[in-house]
Amino acid sequence: MTQLLFKRLLQLLGVAWGVSTLTFLLMRSLPGDMAYRIAAGRYGMDAVDTTSADLVRAELGLDQGPFRAYLQWFSDLLTGNLGNSLVSGMPVVDELWHMLSHSFYLAMAGVVLSMLIAVPLGVATAWWGGWFDRLMLTLSTLMRALPVFVTGLLVIILFALELQWFPVAGFGSVSHLVLPAIALGLSLAAVSNRVVHNEARKVMQSPFFEFARTKGLSNWQVLYRHGVRNLAVPVVAFMGIQLIMLVEGVVMIESLFSWPGVGHGLAHAIFARDIPVIQGAALMMGILFVLLNTAVDIACYCLDPRGGRLQ
Amino acid sequence: MLKVISVLGVAGTLLLSAPLLAEPTKENTLTIKGQFEFASLDPTRRGYVFQRMQVLETLVNVDSQGNLTPGLASKWEVSEDGKAWTFTLQPDVKFHDGSSLDAAAVVNSLNIARAKPGLMQGAPITGIEVLDPQRIQVNLANPYSPLGAIMANYSTAILAPKAFDADANVVSVIGTGPFTAYEIAMPHKLVVERFADYWGKKASIEYASYLTGHRAESRVLQVRSGEGDIVFGLDAASVPALRMLPQVNILRSDLPRVLSIKLNLAHPMLASKLSREALSLAINRQGIASAVLRSPESATAQLLPSYMSDWHIGDTSAEQDLKRAESLLLSEGWQKNSDGWMEKAGQPFELTLITYADRPELVTVATALQDQWKRIGVKLNVNVTNSSAIPSGHQDGSLEVALIARNYGTIADPLGVLIKDFGNSSGGDWGSMNWSKPAIQASLGQLVQQNDTAKYRQQAQQIAKAIYEDKPLIAIAHYVQHTAVQKEVEGFRFDPYERSYYLNEIKWNR
Repeated sequence: MTQLLFKRLLQLLGVAWGVSTLTFLLMRSLPGDMAYRIAAGRYGMDAVDTTSADLVRAELGLDQGPFRAYLQWFSDLLTGNLGNSLVSGMPVVDELWHMLSHSFYLAMAGVVLSMLIAVPLGVATAWWGGWFDRLMLTLSTLMRALPVFVTGLLVIILFALELQWFPVAGFGSVSHLVLPAIALGLSLAAVSNRVVHNEARKVMQSPFFEFARTKGLSNWQVLYRHGVRNLAVPVVAFMGIQLIMLVEGVVMIESLFSWPGVGHGLAHAIFARDIPVIQGAALMMGILFVLLNTAVDIACYCLDPRGGRLQ
Repeated sequence: MLKVISVLGVAGTLLLSAPLLAEPTKENTLTIKGQFEFASLDPTRRGYVFQRMQVLETLVNVDSQGNLTPGLASKWEVSEDGKAWTFTLQPDVKFHDGSSLDAAAVVNSLNIARAKPGLMQGAPITGIEVLDPQRIQVNLANPYSPLGAIMANYSTAILAPKAFDADANVVSVIGTGPFTAYEIAMPHKLVVERFADYWGKKASIEYASYLTGHRAESRVLQVRSGEGDIVFGLDAASVPALRMLPQVNILRSDLPRVLSIKLNLAHPMLASKLSREALSLAINRQGIASAVLRSPESATAQLLPSYMSDWHIGDTSAEQDLKRAESLLLSEGWQKNSDGWMEKAGQPFELTLITYADRPELVTVATALQDQWKRIGVKLNVNVTNSSAIPSGHQDGSLEVALIARNYGTIADPLGVLIKDFGNSSGGDWGSMNWSKPAIQASLGQLVQQNDTAKYRQQAQQIAKAIYEDKPLIAIAHYVQHTAVQKEVEGFRFDPYERSYYLNEIKWNR
């Protein structure tokens, strides 16, 4: 375990450095004059002009060359300073914290909800099979084919307009989280319930499962003692990947529900060439990726320690 | 495993509820939804949200007809030579931090704003000084009549001395308005709270919140659910259905924003006035106005709206005339080739138009233009980019044609914007490009010193006519804004200059 954590720490540093450097290079090589882009982000489309772009260029020293800017950023990073946003002038750390924490809540809520839907549904379809399975397969396919944006709209129409249970959009209270989480949970469950189904099928057709039933355990006991843990490993791995995808942002859901997540924020930062924010976000996501991956590996090891020591 | 899942679930829920604290309640908060984000505490950087939500105020206000009215300055006088403006401040004005507004605070705030990009940089200001605790003086290198209107713009909003840090950055939004900033969550949300010591008409509502809703769909749904008390920027297509809701009023307001085509007159195909005339005639303005903007009456062939009457000329036609357009091109020596494209000396009539996605209708209109110009054999390539591509394309000369939405009401007097846009032969980033009309341009420059209203009007009319006839910019339509207001909100009025939501005049009608 210690060895694994040490290895992952090294990996973390490598990923962090690599991702942020690559982001820097990519952003610098984008076409168009950065000063104009930043000015448009700062002053809005009615006020962006050459005067404001020139002032931005002078203020930020955009003429001094990319290499110096990179060194500056990197030395700041070593002292734990991610810099200030070129657009808002606020510390990147604060902006990222605001966006990433909201993305994290949404992602967690979405994944938890999708598990609550997918696990029982997947196991049930594997257990009963037949027309129920085919119906669920059709529904899952339909749900998967529906853009998450449309799912979101349908959810709003049902729960916010018809039933008036939850607000349409916004943030700041738990009730605001419910609808985006449902929309996300549904579209994630559309795939993950089939993953659960397949794994459950495999387990149910296996000899040890058959033996457990033969020795006289009730259905529920068989499932609980011999099923769940066996089918959990691939499912946890799959959901880990889904979670990472979500933390990195679901732009459409975020903008539909006015949710201040990192996907939406990052898109805007890219439009405005707000390099410190982009680099900071890429860095944090790189770190998050390694951390979540490690957590998933450890979870899988705990579920199934047969593979030997964690490496 | 199930245990782990449930523990994770509980932990997740706890995490969720931690930072989401109590806030002004649904009952005491007026909710406003709009499409624009705000990115900074600094009013010079898209500070309009703080001005509209009435946290910040300016020296001068603007009424709905565009007249300047007293704001933080109770009156102002211009010296005889026009080079010194004296503003007298309102007495007993308190900032939100309890300090008093005096001349020193105003001069400090204006001087900081003057060093940053904003409208003050376009004015010939040589210095701003304190005369006595209640009066300040702005000195100019030469007379400049739009100064009063500039002092009404959000970039000149007055902040308390404590709002700035040592490097003149804005660290906290401390203004003088009827509301104080209660919660600022950039770039989406601003909650304001009633300020009890406001010097003017005190608000009756306790809290108001502004939330950016990026998608027009979400905003429409917020009108339907009643979640938005006032919802701005409704998608025109959804208005007819919203009008049928019993609990909502839909307001239609004209904006001084114009959809127009910017042309590079140095481009060989755009240098001739007749070609530009042909391009203008080929546009189906009625079609664009009714199908895209959903307000057929907003189609126009001139830049400034009728309520800016000095700049609006009488008889202009916005009709499409494909036959005449085609014959104009033929008279210029263009001929249709076998594929139907206009051609001269083997060269096709082909142009590249750039526009930006910040306003979704621009992209739709660009493709409509592509189709309409195709009918007279002009090939138009559309390139959708960022709004900053217009000024940068103007500067490096690469811009050929651009579809823009220009706001002539950022300051109440359009003269300031017009000078910037049309004031010299190379043109302005958002105005003409390589349009050389020395007489018109000189007359535009002189207008800032014109005090005689009749002469001002006469000169303004000449300039408007020259722009309409020569077409350095081709106007297509004016903007119309639709706003939904729940019937329980009383006293709302729309400001065409988009300076204020007049929240302090609003009452609940429950």
